[in-house]
Amino acid sequence: MTSSEAAKTVSNPHQAGPPLWLLAELTYRCPLQCPYCSNPLDFASTEQELTTDEWVSVLRQGRAMGAAQLGFSGGEPLVRQDLPDLIAEARHLGYYSNLITSGLGLSEAKVNAFRDAGLDHIQVSFQASDPELNNAVAGSRKAFDQKLAMARAVKEAGYPMVLNFVIHRHNIHQMNDIMALCERLGADYVELATCQYYGWAFKNREGLMPSRAQLEKAEAEVQAYRQQLAVSGSAMKLIFVTPDYYEERPKACMNGWGSLFLTVAPDGTALPCHSAKLLPIDFPSVREMELKTIWYDSPGFNHYRGDSWMPEPCRSCDEKGKDFGGCRCQAYLLTGNAVNADPVCSKSSHHDRILAARRAADHATAGIDELTYRNADNSRLFFRG
Amino acid sequence: MARVPRLRPGFRFQWEPVQDCYVLLYPEGMVKLNGSAGAILNEVDGQRSVADIVATLEQQFPDAGALEGDVNDFLRDACQQHWIEMS
Ligand code: SF4
Ligand code: SF4
Repeated sequence: MTSSEAAKTVSNPHQAGPPLWLLAELTYRCPLQCPYCSNPLDFASTEQELTTDEWVSVLRQGRAMGAAQLGFSGGEPLVRQDLPDLIAEARHLGYYSNLITSGLGLSEAKVNAFRDAGLDHIQVSFQASDPELNNAVAGSRKAFDQKLAMARAVKEAGYPMVLNFVIHRHNIHQMNDIMALCERLGADYVELATCQYYGWAFKNREGLMPSRAQLEKAEAEVQAYRQQLAVSGSAMKLIFVTPDYYEERPKACMNGWGSLFLTVAPDGTALPCHSAKLLPIDFPSVREMELKTIWYDSPGFNHYRGDSWMPEPCRSCDEKGKDFGGCRCQAYLLTGNAVNADPVCSKSSHHDRILAARRAADHATAGIDELTYRNADNSRLFFRG
Repeated sequence: MARVPRLRPGFRFQWEPVQDCYVLLYPEGMVKLNGSAGAILNEVDGQRSVADIVATLEQQFPDAGALEGDVNDFLRDACQQHWIEMS
């Protein structure tokens, strides 16, 4: 960075507000191979990870701009040896820091050390493959021992216990068992997150997407469980993320492009959302530019701010201020052009693709073993095309 | 018995200069607080009772009149949201 660049103030043509959430994807390295991973298909071709000093600089710049929530994710963030240093820096800067981990490679000692360094929250994701989940909820705990032990260690260390279950057609029938397990563990928050179809999950959509009947049953079960919790005065909060493929209107993705969220990928690429790497847009790197310039002035971040980029039907739609035309990544994946309305919207001329996916979900027969697993070999396959 | 409010574990209350307000931070979430909510939570320290807090605030804002009702309403709400706990 030249000194003239550092001194320059931003022009902020869209009058964007500050990024309040910073997601630091520390690495794409991960010991697991979840077929619903949202990492890019070509993650194995990712260039060198940011160094500790580079991450510290990102954290400082983000905080100075106003970011208050900080997520450490990946890949598996625990593989970064400098994680305790980054946590300490985050605390020092005044972030509320969240660690999103599979629990693999975690130990009670680390849980305590992170707390002492100032980490606010650990989310243990139950992302193991399906047979393991089956075992766990069926009472044979062996495969889940590590995750369960870590969930307990997190609670004992005084953190709020936040558990995340990725839900798909092969485990959605176990909702009641999952919620009961979480209650027994004393969870404060439970995220039941049906896969969103980006990255590896898009590749595997047919094998993952629940049918409408499955989804409706699960929704009813969650609703009933919530009532039970309310009656017993439990503070456990259930957050059920349903796939937008069953909606008629798209989600207000990321609360609007470049409006609150800033993701920094392992190689320093700055993104308005963690899936945006799949878009044919040249996003700047924190290695080349100040974060402030990236957020307020870069073409990448200004690309879909405002609404002048919208074609019909969004352009003349009175709901565009509500959903911003939905998700750019989903529009790109399903229509080949990211400016189109998110095809989840029933006004989209591509809505038939969503309807086709729903029909496919009614008739899918593929077993869990037929999914494409996220690993370096498969990733190189995608990279070579 | 004196009721003593404290923040629920995992919650952090702090001033955010860029947003020019107090916020409550919790796992993957943040609420921006308005002026009175911020002023009340600023007195919640896990030591002092509701009555102490009301007295402190009435001293801080002498023109605001009696505050007991407002403070109680807010704390009840904050309890229901599970932001704070009473002991
Ligand atoms: S979703 Fe699975 S494979 Fe992907 S980063 Fe997380 S734990 Fe690793
Ligand atoms: S047409 Fe566009 S703006 Fe209108 S509801 Fe559909 S996606 Fe949203």
